[in-house]
Amino acid sequence: MIANNMKHALFCAVITLVISYPILGFNLEARGVDITISGASTFTLVMVALAALVVFAFQLFRDHIMSALAAIPKPGSDSHKEPMEENRRAQIQSWILTGILVLALFWPFFVSRGSVDLATLVLIYVMLALGLNVVVGLAGLLDLGYVAFYAVGAYTFALLSDYAGFSFWMSLPVGALLAALFGLVLGFPVLRLRGDYLAIVTLGFGEIIRILLNNWTSLTGGPNGIGGIPEPTLFGMEFGRRVKEEGNTSFHETFGIAYSGEDKVIFLYLISLVLAVFTALVIRRFMRMPVGRAWEALREDEIAARSLGLSRTAVKLSAFTIGAFFAGFAGTVFASKQGFISPESFVFLESAIILAIVVLGGMGSQLGVILAAVAVTILPELAREFSEYRMLIFGAAMVLMMVWRPQGLIPMRRIHIELKKQE
Amino acid sequence: MLEVQNLSMRFGGLLAVDQVSLDVKEHEIVSIIGPNGAGKTTVFNCMSGFYQPTGGKILFEGAEVQGKPDYKISLLGMVRTFQHVRLFSQMTVVENLLVAQHRHLNTNLIAGLMKTPNYRKKEQKSLDRAAYWLDRVGLLDLANREAGNLAYGQQRRLEIARCMVTEPKLLMLDEPAAGLNPAETKDLNRLIVSLKEDYNVSVVLIEHDMSLVMDISDRINVINQGRPLASGTPEEIRQNDDVIKAYLGEA
Amino acid sequence: MSEALLYFIQQLINGLTIGSAYALIAIGYTMVYGIIGMINFAHGEIYMIGAYTALIAITGLATLGVAWLPLILLVALICAVIVSSAMGWAVERVAYRPVRGRHRLIPLISAIGMSIFLQNYVHLAQGSRNIGFPLLIEGGFDFGSADTFRASLSYMQLTVFVTTFICMSALSLFISRSRIGRACRAVSQDLGMANLLGIDTNRIIAATFVIGAALAAVAGLLLGMYYGSIDPLFGFIAGLKAFTAAVLGGIGSIPGAMLGGLILGVSESMTSGYLSGEYKDVVSFGLLILILLFKPTGLLGKPEVEKI
Repeated sequence: MIANNMKHALFCAVITLVISYPILGFNLEARGVDITISGASTFTLVMVALAALVVFAFQLFRDHIMSALAAIPKPGSDSHKEPMEENRRAQIQSWILTGILVLALFWPFFVSRGSVDLATLVLIYVMLALGLNVVVGLAGLLDLGYVAFYAVGAYTFALLSDYAGFSFWMSLPVGALLAALFGLVLGFPVLRLRGDYLAIVTLGFGEIIRILLNNWTSLTGGPNGIGGIPEPTLFGMEFGRRVKEEGNTSFHETFGIAYSGEDKVIFLYLISLVLAVFTALVIRRFMRMPVGRAWEALREDEIAARSLGLSRTAVKLSAFTIGAFFAGFAGTVFASKQGFISPESFVFLESAIILAIVVLGGMGSQLGVILAAVAVTILPELAREFSEYRMLIFGAAMVLMMVWRPQGLIPMRRIHIELKKQE
Repeated sequence: MLEVQNLSMRFGGLLAVDQVSLDVKEHEIVSIIGPNGAGKTTVFNCMSGFYQPTGGKILFEGAEVQGKPDYKISLLGMVRTFQHVRLFSQMTVVENLLVAQHRHLNTNLIAGLMKTPNYRKKEQKSLDRAAYWLDRVGLLDLANREAGNLAYGQQRRLEIARCMVTEPKLLMLDEPAAGLNPAETKDLNRLIVSLKEDYNVSVVLIEHDMSLVMDISDRINVINQGRPLASGTPEEIRQNDDVIKAYLGEA
Repeated sequence: MSEALLYFIQQLINGLTIGSAYALIAIGYTMVYGIIGMINFAHGEIYMIGAYTALIAITGLATLGVAWLPLILLVALICAVIVSSAMGWAVERVAYRPVRGRHRLIPLISAIGMSIFLQNYVHLAQGSRNIGFPLLIEGGFDFGSADTFRASLSYMQLTVFVTTFICMSALSLFISRSRIGRACRAVSQDLGMANLLGIDTNRIIAATFVIGAALAAVAGLLLGMYYGSIDPLFGFIAGLKAFTAAVLGGIGSIPGAMLGGLILGVSESMTSGYLSGEYKDVVSFGLLILILLFKPTGLLGKPEVEKI
């Protein structure tokens, strides 16, 4: 057996060398107009050789390794349990979420400002991921241009505050509804396309929006973006040291406490928390309503769904629009948090990251998606030294998850509607 | 109720259905039979809006419906089953029936979020209707089981229950007896007749099981290689020479 | 000839040049889609890697003092093709084969992950700024005697045309005459049946990826020289455009990829020449969306019927 694998192993090792040595083994350096080439560091060369060796060894002893791996019990294969058990599991998840929520409410008062700021970013991604989850996880539509709706929400707020003096609270529903409208308009013509075509078309839309934002300088400020975006107020109280808007009072003066820069950050965090929880609860509710059942039916068997009178376009459109709505929410918060937005924040990579969060977390599962959002946002911060490799690891992780555990970290456990026994 | 006139379906160079005509009156069970590959399911697909026929007319309650999309035809009252059972296997039995009643429910998002009385009343009514039909087909105990976990015969019954819950006028069954044992076939027999008698539904079915066909059909249409071969009562068809020739060698 | 006509001809020439290169890349997409029904998201990155490898080879040879142009080009071409092909093989083996046949989203996400991985792989290895690519084939001939504007057909452009033509012809011959080519056609029509007939479908699928990658490498060398600079992210946009070209011409159809590429290239250069360079991407995406909305099977594709 080992002899059989020898040829294959050698082949794989050679391939590894071919794909790594030329790219990694030489450094192109531009000196002025000329380019020179130099050999890479010994470390790199050693790593390349090592990689080839590892591949060789793996392929050689593949059978042994694979049988050893197969002996390890798989983490909970979760197909086809009695729905009652699933209901209980889903309830346990609800309790976990509630616990996390309570923690999240009190936590910011005990940690540094930077952490709270980071947590706000996490919450924004949670909102985005939950929204995309509706489109991808629940309705099964691959949307690669989700970032466009995010941008609509953010730019709506920026423009409204710039031109019409809208406050955060006024812009929030407007931004979300406008994003939903974009979802409706963009979605309507394309939702009858097949899965992968839909993906590419939404990608195209996302890119078109970004290019327009970048080039329509008169409206959007082009690559320079729009600044001066206000933060949310609490019943007219601002959180800055001095009041920016006429007629507003400042928070610390009203309550007679010393000004602290932290108040602003914590307040925004709490707002984001409220909005994120709102998003999760509303979507949860939708899942148990006819609209959510229709999503699931259409995803499971489109032809059967159509034969029962469900209009494919209407159902997909509802998912698309609702997903876009929550992206608008997230966009508004994001704009407020940064104080300034530019097209740079709305590139395709963002869509890919949000998609990765949904997929890694387990398409359709709210708890999984929340945990994945936390992981994807926080882990790079923790491992600062590896920040260069962040995207590399990210891409590799996506591939690995699909190969190893496509149902995600925490696969969706639905709460099934029960038929109560009538005695 | 249903009139199919000179239906044709062409796929590129292949004329799968050639000038097929049939009609279904109120309170009737009509069967479509024919050797394998005769184009029967294609006729169904045209009738139910999954294919757009390349020729001919389909009239449902006097109005032309050919070319209309599948979900619209379903909403008009013509519902179908499939040759290979198509259930929502990861949803429970009762949820399958709830989805089927989508048209009867309050789908307004705000109403659902607010749990308005109207919304709750319609949800309850749909649960009741689901319970009724599950009882009728004998699946009530399995109401909360995942549909994919059912035995084949139970899945078939669920499919029919799912159709009935939409309160259709015309039921189109594609090989409902396929894969059923004789006892199950007899139950199916009784069920279909009762659908006609008690619920005022007309039924069109495609079948290979001759005993079932002869037993319950009011009229039979025979199709061979996409073309209509014969049409009439079971006795007439049983004695028709062309039909016998077409089926020569088949049980 | 009038200046307006000359200008138009120039845009046309430019468009056809780029279009030919797009066609080369598009072949990769169309072949893979035709055979396993999935979009190879990472294909753009394979094109980019071909370009980088070619540059490394060229620079390496220059450092060694080699000056004979045909040799430099040949070595660069061979190196690019080898590395890209190997990369194509590896990508299929690692990211696609394990997930083949699963629910459609999964291979697509795997492909996106692979694309991100490769972009950053090269980014880490060679830096993220764009690097100049020497135009080794200089000169050309001008025509038109207008004092203000002269249209020109550069030798570089000519090289692109000729190379693309040779590659396309070779590919067509290969697909229609060789054993592997026949097997490719069989597998793309009916995977299961081909398996039953004893065709090693895994190898054929791998071969498809490799062929597509090789052509992308050629395009990488050509466009690298033509544009004059490369960076790790430029494969992404080029890939999208090439995919547009493939869909435009009819996905699964090789002549379609050629046609689509040319059409796309010309519309881009026309937009650039007559409207504004910044919106040329919008035009490409717009074309893609329009085609998918109104004729998803493309210009030369066959209509599909859903089997119930």
